[in-house]
Amino acid sequence: MHGFANPARFLRIARWLMPLCMGVGILVAGAALAWGLFEAPAERLQGETVRIVYLHVPAAWLGMAGWMGIAVASFMQIVWRHPLAGIAARACAVPGAVFTAVCLVTGSLWGRPAWGTWWVWDGRLTSMLVLLFLYFGWMALSQASEASDGGQSSAPAIFGLVGAVNIPIIHYSVTWWNSLHQPPSITMGKSAMSGAFLWPLLFAMLGFTLIFAGVVLARMRAILADQQAEARLRRKALAAGDL
Amino acid sequence: MAIKAKHQRLVLLVIALVVLIGAGLLAAWALRNQASYFYVPAEITANPPESDRAVRLGGMVEKGSIKTEPDGVTIAFVVEDGKARVPVVFKGIVPSLFVEGSGVVAEGKMGADGTFVADNLLAKHDENYVPREMQNMTEAQAKQVVAETK
Repeated sequence: MHGFANPARFLRIARWLMPLCMGVGILVAGAALAWGLFEAPAERLQGETVRIVYLHVPAAWLGMAGWMGIAVASFMQIVWRHPLAGIAARACAVPGAVFTAVCLVTGSLWGRPAWGTWWVWDGRLTSMLVLLFLYFGWMALSQASEASDGGQSSAPAIFGLVGAVNIPIIHYSVTWWNSLHQPPSITMGKSAMSGAFLWPLLFAMLGFTLIFAGVVLARMRAILADQQAEARLRRKALAAGDL
Repeated sequence: MAIKAKHQRLVLLVIALVVLIGAGLLAAWALRNQASYFYVPAEITANPPESDRAVRLGGMVEKGSIKTEPDGVTIAFVVEDGKARVPVVFKGIVPSLFVEGSGVVAEGKMGADGTFVADNLLAKHDENYVPREMQNMTEAQAKQVVAETK
């Protein structure tokens, strides 16, 4: 990992990895969505509404994966002072929050025809909403720390690690507590989902994950470019002051 | 010999994380009974709630139990969880996923006669996803097809 500690080296890799992730991700996710929306069968009880699963589940996974990214980056920032860790955490926050919001909206749209309600305060839905608020809080804190000391503070990293407690709670909410939300269909090596639904879903998850990775790399490049531009301006201002 | 600063940070952070996750798990454990969205029939028959308290009852709709009353809008059915069964009456439009042998959450009050009077029904979908083409198969055939996909 410390091979990437040099931002110049990271940028060299990100320059080709970012468009690769984006391109392949858009192709795979697009194909998987077309497969799921037009080719995959209707479900026995839910009928056509089941098709929203191809957006809902990848969004839920990436909403949680985004925070796991923040937590891992926070850990590396605190322990090893990795120079790119704080930047990676900041790059994960917005796409993670967007996918969490997509998960909540598609879930609500799905809940109305399937359950008969837009929203209930059961364990799964509530903990996912808490995740969205954690993202908002984290982004505000990270922006404040950036504005006050140039991102040197470890407050966002500590928040990132504490907030990670919510991830297993989201995952196990349907097992620990009776909930209206279904228990997981896909568990270790087993699927209660017929292959006709499972395969397009797995490809949609892969495609959206690649898009997520592409967005994170693009945002990291942008943050690094911002920092370089700022450092250059500061040097110029100093040099001008010396004259 | 001085301990390297980064090793010290690693150890401290790992200890902090273990404590944090332990606290989170304990809190979730304490919430175990409070955070459930509904009571199952076994719980509601063992500890019947007061008749004026709004509660939720969740379980499976017993096969062959859905009956429409003569007025055409009131239905009666039985919610069971394998241990206990609770009769339910409901007046209104049911969600489309409300079928026998499937999950349901009824919101309402427990009547004095042991019948649950629901004023809202929510259908609960389980984790099984089966294509519509399989719905006309016998249960054994469908189970086999589902088993093959595992």
